[in-house]
Amino acid sequence: MSGLRFEIDGVEIAARDGQTIMEAADAAGVYIPRLCDHEGLRHQGGCRVCTVKCNGRSVAACTEPAPPDAVVENETPHINKMRRDLVEMLFHEGNHLCPICEASGNCELQAMAYRLDMTDPTRFPYLEPCRPVDASHPDIALDTNRCISCGRCIRASQDIDGKGIFGYVGRGIHRHVAVNGPDLAHTDATIDDVAVSADVCPVGCIIRKRVGFSRPIGERDSDHGLIGSNAKAKADD
Amino acid sequence: MTEPRKARVATASLAGCFGCHMAILDMDEHLIDLMQRVEIHRSPLTDIKSFRHRCDIGIIEGGCCNEENVHVLRDFRRNCDVLIALGQCAIMGGLPAMRNAVMHSDAPLRECLEEAYITGRDIRNVTHNIPNDPALPLLLDKVYPCSEVVEIDVQIPGCAPTGDVIFNALSKLLDGKFDGFERESIRFD
Ligand code: SF4
Ligand code: SF4
Ligand code: SF4
Ligand code: FES
Repeated sequence: MSGLRFEIDGVEIAARDGQTIMEAADAAGVYIPRLCDHEGLRHQGGCRVCTVKCNGRSVAACTEPAPPDAVVENETPHINKMRRDLVEMLFHEGNHLCPICEASGNCELQAMAYRLDMTDPTRFPYLEPCRPVDASHPDIALDTNRCISCGRCIRASQDIDGKGIFGYVGRGIHRHVAVNGPDLAHTDATIDDVAVSADVCPVGCIIRKRVGFSRPIGERDSDHGLIGSNAKAKADD
Repeated sequence: MTEPRKARVATASLAGCFGCHMAILDMDEHLIDLMQRVEIHRSPLTDIKSFRHRCDIGIIEGGCCNEENVHVLRDFRRNCDVLIALGQCAIMGGLPAMRNAVMHSDAPLRECLEEAYITGRDIRNVTHNIPNDPALPLLLDKVYPCSEVVEIDVQIPGCAPTGDVIFNALSKLLDGKFDGFERESIRFD
């Protein structure tokens, strides 16, 4: 049988040839934090929240092929501090008013902030961009103030729905996600698209209308433990 | 031997909804434990309006939306050893900060006030004016998080934080052992 072994934080992991570090870790029930990667979607390697040290070198676990015999560090204070800084900058780059957000409690960005202990007084200024809300579509709304440009909707729409409704426009700090038309109502987006399904957008940007706040406090994702705390159970399934 | 002096705590509500002060009361019976160790000085709970003593802990609810908020916050920083931002409004502006980024507007404050007092639907404002009495504190261009105005030592997240989170943080601070929160107890809402 072809395959290789490496270790993450002292735990030996078996990997198949061609697997990424994250895929092998997931199969073994070891959680590596992530935002732009999503099961079933092509890897993008954009957010860098999954950064691990592989033989001392920083790599994105979601795109890096599993390295034979390597020593990988994942949950160290130093790496988690860098991850926290990345997540904090995402909060500062958009307008994240969790108390009024329908994704609150079911949001991966917020859950990552909880996991990474993001409670210290902030050191970055808030960018407070003025971004549009697109509520033109009868079933879907977009509040781009919360978009973290993870590209998950882009890949889902292109690769799974075969539609290409979402895409990046602009460059540098101005790069953002836009729809392929004057607004969402003028695209062929439908509520059944995988790209707008509840799990694809990690934050509260793609909103399915008329379902917000349907899960009460106490029953939301974050009320069942830290994000990633079910990694072992998922791997055993 | 004399009893150790109780720690002095001051609190203030700036641009907040008083929900975080309600959350302080939400400590319920823990308040009895806490009051063995602290006395409340300047606070809406005591109606003491200015500092007569230096305080060990200052607790701020709400960010800064007007010049009076800035004045009070600076006064707290000058008079308190440890300054706590309590709740999302104090930490990042919270709900009042929604006025900072009014969509498509170059003058969000003006647009917000005009909609609230003049152009909004169902408004009955006989003067057709935006309130401008000289007694009103001047509004700031934006709502600022406390940490953009003064140095903040501790943030207690939540909207509002639960009584338990507040009690645990204060108890540990009083013990000199505060080292952050249990991750499972953190909430931003
Ligand atoms: S998208 Fe997530 S982080 Fe942003 S406001 Fe909503 S719940 Fe908070
Ligand atoms: S809309 Fe959602 S899924 Fe798409 S890029 Fe923004 S955050 Fe990611
Ligand atoms: S954080 Fe929430 S509860 Fe506290 S003052 Fe602001 S809106 Fe009110
Ligand atoms: S999850 Fe790997 S870079 Fe985003």
